[in-house]
Amino acid sequence: MQYQFMQNAILAALCGGVTCSIIGVFVVTMHLSFIGVCIAHAAFAGALLGVWLGFNPLVGALLFSLVSAAIIGPMADRGELNLDTSIGIVFSLMLGLAFLFMGMMPGSRTEALNLFWGSILTVSRGNLIFLALVTAIIVGLVFAFYKEIQAVICHRQVALAVGIPATLIFYGLLFSTGVTITASLRSIGGLLIYSLILNPAAAAYQLTYSLRRMLCIAVVFGVISCWAGLAASYFLDIPSGASIVITSSIIFGLATAFSPKRKLKRWQQAQLAG
Amino acid sequence: MDNTVIRIQDAVVSYREDVALQSVSLEVRKGEFIGVIGPNGAGKTTLLTVINGLGKLVQGQAVVLGLSVNGRNGIRLRRRIGYVAQVENIDPRLPISVRETVMVGCYGRLGLFRRPTRAQWEDVDKVLEMVGMAHLSRRPIGHLSGGEYQRAAIARALVQQPEIFLLDEPAASIDPQAQGEILSLIQLIHSEYHMTTLFVTHDLRQLPSICQRLVLMKGGQIWKEGSPESMLKEEILSRLYGAPVSIPAKSEVAF
Repeated sequence: MQYQFMQNAILAALCGGVTCSIIGVFVVTMHLSFIGVCIAHAAFAGALLGVWLGFNPLVGALLFSLVSAAIIGPMADRGELNLDTSIGIVFSLMLGLAFLFMGMMPGSRTEALNLFWGSILTVSRGNLIFLALVTAIIVGLVFAFYKEIQAVICHRQVALAVGIPATLIFYGLLFSTGVTITASLRSIGGLLIYSLILNPAAAAYQLTYSLRRMLCIAVVFGVISCWAGLAASYFLDIPSGASIVITSSIIFGLATAFSPKRKLKRWQQAQLAG
Repeated sequence: MDNTVIRIQDAVVSYREDVALQSVSLEVRKGEFIGVIGPNGAGKTTLLTVINGLGKLVQGQAVVLGLSVNGRNGIRLRRRIGYVAQVENIDPRLPISVRETVMVGCYGRLGLFRRPTRAQWEDVDKVLEMVGMAHLSRRPIGHLSGGEYQRAAIARALVQQPEIFLLDEPAASIDPQAQGEILSLIQLIHSEYHMTTLFVTHDLRQLPSICQRLVLMKGGQIWKEGSPESMLKEEILSRLYGAPVSIPAKSEVAF
């Protein structure tokens, strides 16, 4: 605990757990889980471009994730393609670009692989400050726009019809997803971050019908996943990103097993059969 | 004094190559209850979206509540218009209660950065009482039946304190008893609040008896309009729907 790298790692786990879980609540409630996967790959491709061309990988990650969010929203809203299709197209493009940039990279690919797997134990002070700043902004935005966010993620068409700037809020949520993924890329890794976005929120979704409680439970699960994963990584000498994701998956499994909503599902099935 | 609240002139709306509305003109006076009927794809819902600013005019113009309908006025306009759509499929696990869903109706008028006050929550409770949903106010919205969901949607539109009430097939896809209850509720609300109301339906049995004027739509155009007595004739309706139609007897009507 007295080591600087460990203090950084604990704080990065706290911030990553909080922001990823909050964003996860939005994407899970809107049934847009694949968005996390898509934007994570976009951020990864952008970071690889940075590594290849020699500029800050986080700048590339931020740029690519925001551009992918800016493409997905309008594509889906214009109705030319459904949301799944538009996300799938952007996802495959980003995956292709990531492989291209990695293939073009000369010499050792250690930094690229670090971005792929993540390494919370080597997170720098600069990265930590960026992650803390993003966490503060995301938490602040949720407090400031809670009622609009609640309306948009639960009833987007209704929100639009009652005069809430629903499209702006929706795009804001997509951009927030991009920024969160960029900020957590170094610590959690491009491959695994969407699991940390989805699992704590999906676990919380099984346990409550209140959005406020869902946000709190998801944040607790996210932070527990990060800290427990971090401890496992330190003591068992295993990759941190993987241990964090496995912990969050176990929490999701337990939440699903003990979910009071499963009773509802059984009741609905009985109603349909009857 | 001119008490026209909706004035649409030569409106054309198209979705890519499909023209949904062509050269539609309509004037609605304050407090009128108008029924809009026609077969599926006639442009009824598109007409409502022109009124609340969600439908984009390719040609023509619309002035609603004194505001020209365009991209800039859309949000301001929608805060003054209650909109109830058909029952939608809703995730039973959605983390929002009936009471919170109804409160969403206030959020547009409330504006950004402001939280609902205790008085507004009390208003929500009063409206829930009025629509007979007070006992279900804490229930998750996804656990309601179709009829209950529509009552909640009507309550949400009412807490918005709208000047215009748009009802898009509000009694479709629900059982006949619930249909009757919803239609009675709509009539009660109109007689109590005197809001300007447009009621869209393709099913004549769901047409409220308090309709003062009927607008018949076909192929994206207003085909005929007039009093219910002059429009509800088998010959006219058979031509409107392109198939023989018999006027439903009072006993067949859902309300």
